[in-house]
Amino acid sequence: MLGAPLILAVALGYVGLLFAVAFWADRRAERGRSAIANPYVYALSLAVYCTAWTFYGSVGRAAAEGPAFLPTYLGPTLACALGFTVMRKMIRIGKAHRTTSIADFLSSRYGKSAALAAAVTCFALLGLIPYIALQLKAVADGFDILSHAPLIIMPRHLEAKPVLEDTSFHVAWLLALFAMLFGTRKLEATERHEGIVAAVAFESIVKLAAFVAVGLFTLAAFGGPAALFGRAAAEPRLQEILMAAHPRAEPLGWSLEILLSFLAFLCLPRQFHVAVVENVSEEHLGKALWLFPLYLWAINLFVLPIAVAGSLQFPGGVDADTFGLTLPLALQREGLALVAFVGGMSAATAMVIVESVALATMISNDLLLPLWLRLPGRPLSLERDPRRGILVLRRACIVLVLASGYAYYRAIGQMHSLVALGQISFVAVAQFAPALLGGLFWKHATRRGALAGLVGGFAVWFYTLIVPSLVDAGLLGEAIVAYGPAGWGWLRPGHLMGLEGLNPIAHAFFWSLLVNLGLFTGLSLLGAPPAAERAQAELFVDAFAFPARPEAMPLWRGTARVRDLRLLLERFLGRERTEEALGEFARHHGLRPGPGRPADPALVTFAEGLLAGAVGSASARVMVASVVQEKPLRAEELLEILEENRAAISYSRELEKLAEELRAANRRLEELDRLKDEFIATVTHELRTPLAAVRSIAESLQAHPRMPEERRRSLTAVVVKESERLGRLVDQVLDFQRLESGKSLGQPLPLDLREVWREAAAAMRPMLEERGIRLALEEPETLPPVFGDRDRLLQVALNLLSNALKFCPDSGGRIDVRLERRGDEITGVVSDNGPGIPAEDREAVFEAFYQVRRRGPRGRTAGTGLGLAIVRRILEHHGGWIRAASGPEGGAAFHFGLPLRPPPPPPPALTP
Amino acid sequence: MEPNAGRNDRRWVVFLLGCLLVNPPVLSLFAQPAGILEIPLLYAYLYLAWAGLIALIALVSRESPPDRGGGP
Repeated sequence: MLGAPLILAVALGYVGLLFAVAFWADRRAERGRSAIANPYVYALSLAVYCTAWTFYGSVGRAAAEGPAFLPTYLGPTLACALGFTVMRKMIRIGKAHRTTSIADFLSSRYGKSAALAAAVTCFALLGLIPYIALQLKAVADGFDILSHAPLIIMPRHLEAKPVLEDTSFHVAWLLALFAMLFGTRKLEATERHEGIVAAVAFESIVKLAAFVAVGLFTLAAFGGPAALFGRAAAEPRLQEILMAAHPRAEPLGWSLEILLSFLAFLCLPRQFHVAVVENVSEEHLGKALWLFPLYLWAINLFVLPIAVAGSLQFPGGVDADTFGLTLPLALQREGLALVAFVGGMSAATAMVIVESVALATMISNDLLLPLWLRLPGRPLSLERDPRRGILVLRRACIVLVLASGYAYYRAIGQMHSLVALGQISFVAVAQFAPALLGGLFWKHATRRGALAGLVGGFAVWFYTLIVPSLVDAGLLGEAIVAYGPAGWGWLRPGHLMGLEGLNPIAHAFFWSLLVNLGLFTGLSLLGAPPAAERAQAELFVDAFAFPARPEAMPLWRGTARVRDLRLLLERFLGRERTEEALGEFARHHGLRPGPGRPADPALVTFAEGLLAGAVGSASARVMVASVVQEKPLRAEELLEILEENRAAISYSRELEKLAEELRAANRRLEELDRLKDEFIATVTHELRTPLAAVRSIAESLQAHPRMPEERRRSLTAVVVKESERLGRLVDQVLDFQRLESGKSLGQPLPLDLREVWREAAAAMRPMLEERGIRLALEEPETLPPVFGDRDRLLQVALNLLSNALKFCPDSGGRIDVRLERRGDEITGVVSDNGPGIPAEDREAVFEAFYQVRRRGPRGRTAGTGLGLAIVRRILEHHGGWIRAASGPEGGAAFHFGLPLRPPPPPPPALTP
Repeated sequence: MEPNAGRNDRRWVVFLLGCLLVNPPVLSLFAQPAGILEIPLLYAYLYLAWAGLIALIALVSRESPPDRGGGP
């Protein structure tokens, strides 16, 4: 038995837990160990997108219309696909201009317009109050359903409770307290609210876990997905949702809903708040862009199973919105129902907290403060400590937002399903999209266009969605919906211009966006904006081409005193923060502004930016203007400054690139130098070893004149052999050096490569026979001539053959040589049946002295270690190539090619 | 600049591909009275296509080194 007291205790206990999480995160942040500075918490905080609408409403919609609940989540997924284009730019600009909200962002883009900020704030407030009401309703409904368990009673059949006995009232004031405590600690709204972000991320985990728990339980209770859908398939009334009627019957509505959620995801004040204002680092975006859609995917995975199972379990009388709670109750799992209730609460409360902080910041910064600044007879200097005043104002706004939401829920919230309310809000905030996206990518977008589009779109929203709901509530006559105002049928709110075939949301979205876009683009094209607005347009659209901070590029001229600016800052930021900020400014700009001195434009811009972070860009503009004498820059001057900065930055980027290239060239030179030294060291070592042998033998012969004849002869033989080796080595080193400088090639003459190889084979014959190795030379009947130095190409053949000979086994060794023509070159393969070359060494064998360094299989007497290096140099000088591979029988195979045309002049030597 | 431009192109391709996959008319191809393990075809398709899209987003989002600062 659950019972109301237990449920209330759980609900309040859960909110208490949120306080604890937020408190913990704030404490950690104070100690400099941020709990939220990672992409995972960032992605989870974006999941504030999933509200009670997701938790309960999706199931309701799935039970009625099949897959129609999905476009709401596909839109944000597509927005994430474009995240690097859109969201990264928003974050970059938001940080540069210390943006506090989406209203501030739009106002700042369109010339720091206070009118636009106020319009966005009002419309956001009107559009989102129902959405907040929906969250409170979800909490209250959940409580009502659980408290009547084991009976299943729909809340709409219950008497409305007095306010003080209503759970959602208590939840509402607790959330207001939470938002005030953790959302308005400092005046600077750009300061991160670590406690709130941590709590929201925590709630995202709770709601996902709760929903997945209910989903898994449902699947288990119905015997797995196959059994569940098998039962549903036999049920005629479920055919509609299983057959997925929605996208087929309403293809346009489906696509419009995807577009709607795509835009709403970018424009919702709470999404803007977590994605831009609370963003710790741009670098967190990359991971969040796929983690967040993955979250959406996971939380939607069990919507359909729960909807189908609920429809099977309850043939009627139970709202599908409540299946997440009623299904566990009907199957006698009260504990699970309680878990689901907590999950639904976490979805609702996270949204309410962030939305109310975002809206309260907007109301105080973008609506009331600009009004207050314009009041006659209230000069700034009269206010002793405006900081306290503004903070109290912001707290009052939080209470106002939550009170409005609660009042709305008490008044008409009972009549709408969760999804309908949420989607009405989506259409409202989507009206910000043309101004937002246009402002980010279109320089000619103007304030007048943005404002007109916003007002026009919002009017259509009101007419097509709110008027019908007022009719439903009995506040307006039904005639307007049925026959249009004054009987004009083409103005019916649900069918503007007689448009049929779209659901009310898609219909309203289509018309409002059309009017909005039309006014926005039309008016933007008609008139050029004033200079200051054009400058902001440049700064936003080309955000990545300008300095990260506006003060690095002051767009201001006039006279101001440091003292005035300092006083202004101190009043709004406090003495301590002002000192710190000015110190930071002095460090970056290398000067400490004295109080009486005139302030330079950079300091004015810096001060305005700092203030904007506290009170919004429109108010900051007015405040700074009140203490300085500005001489407005003309449009050409502004654009000139911008152009200079843009050029300077692209120039400095080019310089950086050039410097990097120089560094690379230098590294290469150093490497060459090192190789040269190494080469000399190796050569010296190689020369010294046989010399030392010869010398020690000579000494021993000198010291023992009566050495037996036999011993003497064998020692002399060693001397002869070592001297020969020494001579060979010197020859090869000289050869190699000549090849390096490209001097040693004779005039290229046409020659037959087959003859060259036959000659080489003949020369090697005695040594091959001595070791019993079979050499097979396979050549085509005709072969066009190549151009080259005959002696050098013979050297190639000899070196390759003696290299193969070296590695052949003593018995049964064989070497295969095959020449053929391939396209416009002649290729050849020399393969042996020796041990082969490990894959990682196949390039290194062509380095000088490679085998000496690596100790070849037959020890160091086998060769000089220059043979293959010389082969490669010769072939390259002829415009050809060589590489090592694995042979057919596991041995080594050397593939080489020579062009049929005469080679180009030899390339400059790069390696010794 | 050039490698960045290539990355950006890939993101746009993923976005457009995503738009194509989750909208009619491609979607309508799967609105059939058939199922995979009894799960209706359209749902199975939507969740799979969605997951694929997320994987692609992960692929094109990961490779971008952060662009440090707008200026010197």
